[in-house]
Amino acid sequence: MSAFAPARRLTRIFDTDLWWSFTRSPTVVASALIAVAMISSAAFAPWVAPHNPFDLATLNLLDAFTPPIWLEGGDARFLLGTDDQGRDVLSTILYGARISLFVGFCSVLFAMTLGVSIGLVAGYAGGTVDAVLMRIADIKLTFPAILIALLVDGIVRAVLPRELHDRIAIWVLIFAIGFSNWVPFARTVRGSTMVEKNKEYVMAARVIGLSPARIMWSHVLPNVLGPVLVIATLQLGFAILAEATLSFLGVGVPPTQPSLGTLIRIGNDFLFSGEWWITVFPGTALATMVLSVNLLGDWLRDALNPKLR
Amino acid sequence: MLAFIVSRLLQAIPVMLTVSLISFAMFAYVGDPVTIMLGQDYTEAQREALVRELGLDQPFFVQFVEFLQNVLRGDFGISYRLGRPVAELILERLPATIELALTAALLALLIGVPMGVYTGLYRNSWLSRVFLTVSLIGVSLPTFLIGILLILVFAVILGWLPSFGRGETVAIGWWTTGLLTASGLKALILPAVTLGLYQMTLIMRLVRSEMLEVLRTDYIKFARARGLPDRIVHFGHALKNTLVPVITITGLQLGAIIAFAIVTETVFQWPGMGLLFIQAVANADIPIMAAYLMLIALLFVTINLIVDLLYYAVDPRLRSGLIASSDR
Repeated sequence: MSAFAPARRLTRIFDTDLWWSFTRSPTVVASALIAVAMISSAAFAPWVAPHNPFDLATLNLLDAFTPPIWLEGGDARFLLGTDDQGRDVLSTILYGARISLFVGFCSVLFAMTLGVSIGLVAGYAGGTVDAVLMRIADIKLTFPAILIALLVDGIVRAVLPRELHDRIAIWVLIFAIGFSNWVPFARTVRGSTMVEKNKEYVMAARVIGLSPARIMWSHVLPNVLGPVLVIATLQLGFAILAEATLSFLGVGVPPTQPSLGTLIRIGNDFLFSGEWWITVFPGTALATMVLSVNLLGDWLRDALNPKLR
Repeated sequence: MLAFIVSRLLQAIPVMLTVSLISFAMFAYVGDPVTIMLGQDYTEAQREALVRELGLDQPFFVQFVEFLQNVLRGDFGISYRLGRPVAELILERLPATIELALTAALLALLIGVPMGVYTGLYRNSWLSRVFLTVSLIGVSLPTFLIGILLILVFAVILGWLPSFGRGETVAIGWWTTGLLTASGLKALILPAVTLGLYQMTLIMRLVRSEMLEVLRTDYIKFARARGLPDRIVHFGHALKNTLVPVITITGLQLGAIIAFAIVTETVFQWPGMGLLFIQAVANADIPIMAAYLMLIALLFVTINLIVDLLYYAVDPRLRSGLIASSDR
């Protein structure tokens, strides 16, 4: 009997409105396929990539600046050519996308945790707490997220000694991007919490004497999470772009672990000497990734919005 | 009207105070300016003298008030890295950024609004589809990548336009402008397009969706029924009513333009404030970071105020209920 459970759950997915609206749009299916392909090839980069670009033993400076395979002077070993250090561009893209996605996912997760907690507390507590928290959110919203991420990164850079900072740079970046982006989560959760807290089940929980923390966590939270997931998808594209931008500006991940943004920055130096592929391919990868994630987010938002049905 | 302006100004004060507190806290707790300024060799007496001279032995609150007084006098301290007054550095770089940002915003408006009107009016034409597809790509491409692609095409391959710097500039008082020389104008094209592209797609989409909404309303149907020519219906009646959100978004985006100027300036090595700021972040140069933060905050608060006032000018419906709604 239990053997049938997964199969039944699968058919249940195929029966939903969501799946129906998913299959209706070829653009959405295509971007989902691209996103899945890129995310999985990035996640399994060490197994998928033709070379290990960070294994110094396999690098050969004589291979540097090899153009892509279809151009004159291309080498069959390097599909998309090599960079200034003789690293295979395709492999560095796969490894770089891995770091970009890791930072993207983690910072959205951080922003989500922070925003949902603040939203829950503000919405449930109301009064002064709510006013203060939302005022902070207003002030924060006055500044563009990228500026806040830059500032946080700059301050942390000033506080920590250089060597320590290089070691934890990725986590600093995740903190900076996540911190710059919690407001949409907080606002949404606050709104739905204010609605939920007057419903009977919350009253009942309060009457039987549960603590506010317990009520927020196990009763209100599950009922306000729906829209949060939509925002998270929409924010993922932003987070990936923010990481790429910061790394491009040279204040992101350390050059020893290049993300897509770092690769574009490195390649930018060789644009004028004609080695365009070092920049253009990581750039294309980044744009494709963000575009497909954004399309998925837009679709999810519209599909889950009851007003548009 | 006056009450409205005053209430908005009062709302701006806590924001500015918070931002200056953050800026000051950066000064007070981040890094150690004394060791940075003294360099390698110094005696304990020299150190103490400098601490006293900088007022670092005073209580936090006294230091904060002094900091505010200095800021109001336009004294933002001395850059750790460049050893020059921050105010001087920023004034030097300000014209470049403002010229770039305003050109980009103007470009975005002048191209974005007509494109939005067109795609709103003829939404099934092939040109509208092209505009929309291009705008989707424009939104997903990061600013720096657009800049790099433009450099690749117009500077490297075609060789038409310069890829970095401001070209020749002319000084009018302390303001240096690149708008009066041919090389300055040429140098402005690529950075301004890069910076304005995203805002342009945003404005286009906004105008389009507002147009679609307005065109469905009864007063447009009535205007048509009266036999008014299309030109008057579209521009006199429809477009005018889409302008409120367009003004808001454009105004608020002006802040984003200045923030993203950091990226554009880095790509094109444009000698503006953004480049100064990013070098400060990379080198943990706190005085510049703090001054930039406060300047940007002031700019944002001012922009928000102007946007609110423009609302008032554009939409007569807001005038009656304005005071009631302003204290939301």
